[in-house]
Amino acid sequence: MRSLFRRSRRRDRSLGGLDGHVVRNPERELFLFKRRLMVAGLLVVAGFGGLVARFVYLQVVRHGHYETLAESNRIAVVPIPPNRGVITDRNGVVLAQSHSAYTLEIQPSRVTDLDATIDALATLVEVSPRDRSRFRKLMAESKNFESLPLRTRLTDEEVARFAVNRYRFPGVEIKARLFRHYPFGEAGSHFLGHIGRINDRDLEKIAEWEATANYKGSDYIGKLGIELSYERELHGTTGVEEVEVDAGGRAVRTLSRTPPVAGNNLRLSIDIRLQQAAEAAFGERRGALVAMDPRTGEVLAFVSKPGFDPNLFVDGIDPASWKELNESPDKPLLNRPLRGAYPPGSTIKPFLALGALANGRRTATQSFADPGYFQIPGHSHRFRDDKPGGHGVVDMYKSIVVSCDTYYYLLANESDIDDTHAFMSTLGFGGLTGIDIEGEQPGVLPSREWKRRRFAGKNYRDDHRKWYLGDSISAGIGQGYTAFTPVQLAHAIAIVANDGVAFRPHIVKQVENVRTGEVRHVAAESTHTLGVKKEHIAVIREALAGVPKEGTSARVFRGAGYVSAGKTGTAQVFSLKGATYDASKIDERLRDHAWYMAYAPADAPRIALAVLVENGGFGAQAAAPIARQVFDFYLLGDQGRGPAPVSPGDPDDQSD
Amino acid sequence: MELVARIWEFVVRPVDRFLFGITMAIVAVGLVTLFSAADQSAARVGNQLASLAVALVAMWVVANVPPPALARTAVPLYVLGLVLLLAVAMFGVVVNGSRRWLSLGVTRIQPSELMKVALPLMLAWYFQKFEGRIGWKDFVVAAVLIAVPAILVKRQPDLGTASLLMASGFFVLYLAGLSWRIIVGLAAGAGALAPVFWGLLHDYQRRRILTFIDPTQDPLGAGYHITQASIAIGSGGVVGKGWLNGTQTHLDFLPERHTDFIFAVYGEEFGLIGNVVLILLYLMLIVRGMMIAANASTLFGRLMAGSVTLMLFTYAFVNMGMVSGVLPVVGVPLPFVSYGGTAMLSLFIGIGILMSVQAHRKLVHS
Repeated sequence: MRSLFRRSRRRDRSLGGLDGHVVRNPERELFLFKRRLMVAGLLVVAGFGGLVARFVYLQVVRHGHYETLAESNRIAVVPIPPNRGVITDRNGVVLAQSHSAYTLEIQPSRVTDLDATIDALATLVEVSPRDRSRFRKLMAESKNFESLPLRTRLTDEEVARFAVNRYRFPGVEIKARLFRHYPFGEAGSHFLGHIGRINDRDLEKIAEWEATANYKGSDYIGKLGIELSYERELHGTTGVEEVEVDAGGRAVRTLSRTPPVAGNNLRLSIDIRLQQAAEAAFGERRGALVAMDPRTGEVLAFVSKPGFDPNLFVDGIDPASWKELNESPDKPLLNRPLRGAYPPGSTIKPFLALGALANGRRTATQSFADPGYFQIPGHSHRFRDDKPGGHGVVDMYKSIVVSCDTYYYLLANESDIDDTHAFMSTLGFGGLTGIDIEGEQPGVLPSREWKRRRFAGKNYRDDHRKWYLGDSISAGIGQGYTAFTPVQLAHAIAIVANDGVAFRPHIVKQVENVRTGEVRHVAAESTHTLGVKKEHIAVIREALAGVPKEGTSARVFRGAGYVSAGKTGTAQVFSLKGATYDASKIDERLRDHAWYMAYAPADAPRIALAVLVENGGFGAQAAAPIARQVFDFYLLGDQGRGPAPVSPGDPDDQSD
Repeated sequence: MELVARIWEFVVRPVDRFLFGITMAIVAVGLVTLFSAADQSAARVGNQLASLAVALVAMWVVANVPPPALARTAVPLYVLGLVLLLAVAMFGVVVNGSRRWLSLGVTRIQPSELMKVALPLMLAWYFQKFEGRIGWKDFVVAAVLIAVPAILVKRQPDLGTASLLMASGFFVLYLAGLSWRIIVGLAAGAGALAPVFWGLLHDYQRRRILTFIDPTQDPLGAGYHITQASIAIGSGGVVGKGWLNGTQTHLDFLPERHTDFIFAVYGEEFGLIGNVVLILLYLMLIVRGMMIAANASTLFGRLMAGSVTLMLFTYAFVNMGMVSGVLPVVGVPLPFVSYGGTAMLSLFIGIGILMSVQAHRKLVHS
């Protein structure tokens, strides 16, 4: 190589280079350039000549051979989509199932006047305006000019009527397709999710899985919830059929067939009856509930109110229904347990108390006098307790049972927010619990580091980024920046109920292979154990048991057929900032959120839950009665459905 | 009336009639073939027409930009291209196991496409800047300018695009007077290093080359494409089966039949006569491009016009060669014929560059 460069340098000099000392010779340069072009031109002619020679070879010399091949080129490979796995609840009740049904499909590229065709079809089968608008939407979304469904689930009579008239409609066909059906409609829609037609984004995802071949022939894919997160279990393996086709492309006979393998069935840990009971307990109110078995992390109920009917999405939702769901102020599409981050309010207190015990900042018996407010030394602002005049002398038990704010203002005043952050992280706050559906949000567990990042950038000054003692005080009662999701709170109370042994919350209990009968259990191992002494947890559990016995939720749990433990919470949505309180002026949506987290039976918990009622007001009033109904249903069953639960809105329960 | 005439004059001034006429003839062939390839879908032809409209506007705008102004965009475009390629290497989106795309939230871009224009621009700018005292060192610099983006693209891995990038850079070097000895030496060196290169290839790339040598080895994968395309073209015969009458292309045997393999549809329906006509159209386009290059007033203009023309040839040659089974399968569209907006746009920008060089040749002289 080296010698070549040297020689080339000599050559370049000879044509007028010589380190820029020689006078330029544009004429010669142009001449050389043209010569190069000529050579390139010769190569172009040679290249094209070669191609023409190849064409002559293919199209003249070997024409007979290829014509024969073309004639016999009649084997088409047809994919057979597999049956999607069935989803059942823990007792085997079917929650999602595929069944075969006839659809009327149009291949728009083969139809000249689409409107006329649809009008003509409407005389044979029923075509609603909804079907039409949905079809338009599908057409706008599909790029590969596939066959698109106009009507689904045709009756036998409609099939027969169309079959007779089929010759009139080229490009229109009846096909047997598998449909997904969710028999419970809205119940459980937020964890079940739904499937929908495969779009470009899905195709990319499939390509990343290197599963493109397996999705040939599949029209649907999981879009949300369990249907999305367990897509690869549910889908199954596509079969292949080799068929001989005639000159028109119609199948004449089958040459070979590899049958598809159905997807795996999922058995959820959800109890659909409990789910329905929990949803019913909410009535028309918005909110979330997550109930788990603290011993395993199995999710028993997962409520997000309001819900939506997943069946609407299966064949592509029509624009009117979509608009209604998407633009409703109640946000029915929002997965509240998973993605809604709410200030935890007083529900944070037992966890902070546990942290104080663990790091030795408090003992269970240490008592403080509560004057009804707390002041940072040297400041005039009073952080108020909800009870004017205070709760008297308060120890840890009482601080939880009566939900004394001052106790926690004092604790926050003495604690370092980063220590608090470190301990609370082990309970899963500020991070993902790892529940097996996608889209979980981490909420906010504030720390110095968090505030620095949150207020990074040019729009904020350094004093925005600094952590103040006042921030710690607000965080000390679960307000300020703090925000948890209902899943996180349920997860944390379950850890306490299970004496510090944590499990990953999971909705799918087991995956069942239909063919081999093999059953795989999901997340049966515990993830970690809290670094806290058993007796410290015992202190907290005793206090939590005191809440429904003699504390803020005592009225709601009076006469229950079991002993439960819990904690109320009321989370401020809106800060009055010094303005005078005027109920009529506060929008219903700015009212406080009501929380209740609990487990039962108190001594050997089988169920732990967190309930949130959006803008429900006080936790004891709005959220605790829902927990009571769920416990009654789960622990006492149908027969022992105790006395009627206290109606929401009891005026005496205005403590949090 | 006079206003209309003036506007017309303003619109057509930078447009080279001959070049434009030939290009539009090829585009017409493409649209006719596309209609057949897309199962007579008017919508698909409509999409292509929309892309064409955008591409024509871009062509006209570029044609109005004098070459010196084009040259000034060289360095920024090249640097931008490099930065984006590096960004792809670091946070690109993986599609089909290759990291080629950069996600921009709403849309994704493939920076190697930008590099296809930026690299020849950069090289032409470089040689223009040092015009008259170009020594071997400049060719080393140029080699580095080519190698860096080519290696980045090769690592994505996208061997086809990397080869095309190297080709576009090589054309500029060649036209700028790279010594024949080096060219021959490089060719010999490449031949000698072929076994080493083979070792560096990914499995699927090796498979692709092996498949090219013997398509029957992989009848359901890439070999299937080649075999089916050859059957389609070969069964077309001398006069073809007639428009919309191709059987192979309409029975779903032919994959990618409106994009990279559209030439198979054309060859089946229009036969050898059609193929020769298309080749002649391309040849006329290339001859016109070379004339523009030869008449250009500056080195930059010559190099740009020359390399754009040779790239047009390369695309046409590689695509038809691949579809007719004499070159390995690489993702190269047939210029002005294959369906696809991005390719249409960049091709017409190339035509715009040619027109700009042609329209501004006298202005610079005087």
